[in-house]
Amino acid sequence: MNQMSTEGYVTADGRQIGGVLMEMKNITLRFGGVVAIKDISFDIRQGEIRAIIGPNGAGKSSMLNVISGFYHPQEGEVWFKGYRRGPMKPYQVARLGIARTFQNIALFDGMSVLDNIMTGRLNRMKAGFLSQALWWGAAEREENENREAVEKIIDFLEIQNIRKTPVGRLPYGLKKRVELARALAAEPQLLLLDEPMAGMNVEEKEDMSRFILSVNDEFGTTICLIEHDMGVVMDLSDRVVVMDYGKKIGDGTPAEVRANQEVIDAYLGVAHD
Amino acid sequence: MTDQQTPVGELQSIPALLARNVARFGQRPAYREKEYGIWQSWTWAEAAEEIRALALGLLALGLKPGEHVAIIGRNRPAHYWSMMAAQMCGAVPVPLYQDAVAEEMAYVLGHCGARFVICGDQEQVDKVLEVGQTVEGAEQIIYTDKRGMRKYDHSHMNALADVQAEGRAAAQRLGPQLDALIAGLDYDSTCVMLYTSGTTGKPKGVVLSNRNIIETAKNTAEFDRLDHREEIVAYLPMAWVGDFIFSMGQAVWSGFTVNCPEGAHTMMTDMREIGPTYFFAPPRVFEGQLTSVMIRMEDAGRVKRWLFRRGMEIARRAGPALLDGKSVPLGDRLAYGLGRIFVFGPLKNTLGLSRVRVGYTAGEAIGPEIFDFYRSLGINLKQLYGQTEASVFITQQPDGQVRSDTVGVPSPGVEVRIGENGEVYYRSPGTFVEYFKNADSTASTKDAQGWVATGDAGFFEEATGHLRIIDRAKDVGRMADGSMFAPKYVENKLKFYPNILEAVVIGNGREYCTAMINIDLSAVGNWAERNNISYGSYQELAAHPQVYATVRAHVEEVNRSVAEDPMLAGCQVHRFLVLHKELDPDDGEMTRTRKVRRAVINEKFADLVGALYDGSSSIYTETEVTYEDGRKGSIKATLRIEDVPVFGQTAQQKVAAE
Repeated sequence: MNQMSTEGYVTADGRQIGGVLMEMKNITLRFGGVVAIKDISFDIRQGEIRAIIGPNGAGKSSMLNVISGFYHPQEGEVWFKGYRRGPMKPYQVARLGIARTFQNIALFDGMSVLDNIMTGRLNRMKAGFLSQALWWGAAEREENENREAVEKIIDFLEIQNIRKTPVGRLPYGLKKRVELARALAAEPQLLLLDEPMAGMNVEEKEDMSRFILSVNDEFGTTICLIEHDMGVVMDLSDRVVVMDYGKKIGDGTPAEVRANQEVIDAYLGVAHD
Repeated sequence: MTDQQTPVGELQSIPALLARNVARFGQRPAYREKEYGIWQSWTWAEAAEEIRALALGLLALGLKPGEHVAIIGRNRPAHYWSMMAAQMCGAVPVPLYQDAVAEEMAYVLGHCGARFVICGDQEQVDKVLEVGQTVEGAEQIIYTDKRGMRKYDHSHMNALADVQAEGRAAAQRLGPQLDALIAGLDYDSTCVMLYTSGTTGKPKGVVLSNRNIIETAKNTAEFDRLDHREEIVAYLPMAWVGDFIFSMGQAVWSGFTVNCPEGAHTMMTDMREIGPTYFFAPPRVFEGQLTSVMIRMEDAGRVKRWLFRRGMEIARRAGPALLDGKSVPLGDRLAYGLGRIFVFGPLKNTLGLSRVRVGYTAGEAIGPEIFDFYRSLGINLKQLYGQTEASVFITQQPDGQVRSDTVGVPSPGVEVRIGENGEVYYRSPGTFVEYFKNADSTASTKDAQGWVATGDAGFFEEATGHLRIIDRAKDVGRMADGSMFAPKYVENKLKFYPNILEAVVIGNGREYCTAMINIDLSAVGNWAERNNISYGSYQELAAHPQVYATVRAHVEEVNRSVAEDPMLAGCQVHRFLVLHKELDPDDGEMTRTRKVRRAVINEKFADLVGALYDGSSSIYTETEVTYEDGRKGSIKATLRIEDVPVFGQTAQQKVAAE
């Protein structure tokens, strides 16, 4: 546990943020000749809401994919919970305690909301094939336990009324909420949200913000999110990483980032003379 | 008078009835609540233990007899238990409307001076804290749902479960004190205080005694032969007297089961799972259900549509007669039996009404078509007439004498008479004790002999002895030419069309009548979808020319039917407009029980009223709206005003005048 820093900080609203949960050290990611991420380092601390922002094509989603272990960077190190992480399969990442939602919703349209969220519990089901098929013994016990956990999430996200509705019939905003529910069902330590508010109206954005804050508050889940809506990002997050053309151009509290000249230039454009 | 009647044994309070139920029905379910997707249930014995623990906990926190305890939350067993626990301590429960905004709550909390407030969740706690900045009062806040409450200052705040735990720990110490308080309750102690929704002015606190509630519950339970096997679904606001009578008074008297849904959105599913045997809903709920059935039938395949149409034809012909026990030809009887297997049975099941033995509707007039639809399915839907001050029941319809245009005969123990001005008066064991801290209003409403003025104008039908209500007495006015103006009469006819959600008819002291109309978004929206009409907002849909044309056709039909009644022919609507926003209790345009506040509307939409009478064909307006979180905004719109043909003599007069 040599890399785990013990000191934390206290946020403006009085939450205690703990030590480092995940650390990215000098990450560089290339696709052939294209450099998507260039020598970026930052950390994510226990219990904080960390945002990654930047203009289109800045490399945000690539960064999230590195964090989630889907991409393996050519250079640099990823440390999680004090251990250096090698290349991994998605299910191994999930077992480590990382869950995510997607920019383009990736749910099973034909299945009910309940079943979709149940898939988030797969890693917690160990009963064998025969037992599952007969729904007997361990399988029955497991299903009951997992169903209870899922019902608590349904209650938490206030989607009781669509429990049995096929996901394909739901409006966009609710699908996003179901996706969040599925990620939460895995009881992750680190939750990655890829543009959770994209395409939502004001009311849906407010709901989603409220849920993100209460997930963090109620379960103490560390959250790392990518978002375009500046208002939302500045309100929600404790610290923000700003990327532009694959490089990190800013890192700090929302207020610090807002005052950063490089960030302003990246967003508003700058006259080249 | 029945006032002097003494009850059987010592059953003079709700806690006493609770103890009787534990002895008599101990192991039968008393409460159910759906949580985490499963129906949790409590027997009478279990519920009594929970209630006692809570009462002991409240005592430990320092609740004193005679104090008011406000309860704000959705229908949950814990909230019904809170009311009983407060009664056990000799305190008075005051349930409040949970969707009220903080300002409204401030008045009521300030007026009753509740030191203890029991909140359902964080949202309610926030409101009470906001109110606490301006109003003295709430010293102890108790909340049911723990979510989001961790970071609050808990020096004067407790979770309900923790209060119960503390009560259990203090059982030895405080038990005797609590028993003495319970034993001290009698027929004259206050059972509950309920605030009227206040169609005019500030809400008034109606004080109801144990006599009021228990006598009413006993009489009406006998009237409909309710027993401990009934199942009801508690979903109407707890602050409303009806819910108190059904879910507390009658439930405790008869010992039946109260089922609480998971939330407002899951109500329909939960109701289907429970299948209540005794059901109450305001007309708007039945209208909503019928509208959604019709919309879904429109989307169904051809075979299903044909089956439904044929089935409903037979049902209309034979259903009501069968329900009233009249003779029906054998052919129809057989056809109805088949229809029940293929059409009405499954339909009733979908609506969750398969097991309903007694159903009531009240609060507003119900459209004859809607009423007949449910009756023809074989659902024993009846009407009752009542108000908070009467502990609900004034008149109700006995089985076999049900019609859509009357409200029935006086309930057992109730005397009704019609005043000289046509106003309905009543006197009953359920008649309220007083308005809290408002002796003037008490005196002007209830006279020395105990007769209470309802404020409604009505008359008894001579042939049947049934009461018919015309309108609110104060709303009945005169038009400029002296003919009678009864807005509700016309509004109800308009509202019977599924496309029209609300209507406000104006015309008191005017030359002619006009109307402001709210469209029903679900019905009109579905129509728009089927006809490929695109719209971006409620406002845009409301202003669509085809929507206007539809509404005009409805108004015209209503005029035709109003013209048939010579007394009210003057109430035909000459001009109308479709409003750009829904009338909303949050904006003060309606009461929390969704009754139109005429004075507010006349004032707020003064520009629209002006335009309705100055002959202009359109009007630009800006309206302030309040969002659910209390923020304000405004809507701008240009509304069209259209003329409608009128019929009969009025039409001729108008032509002559021109």
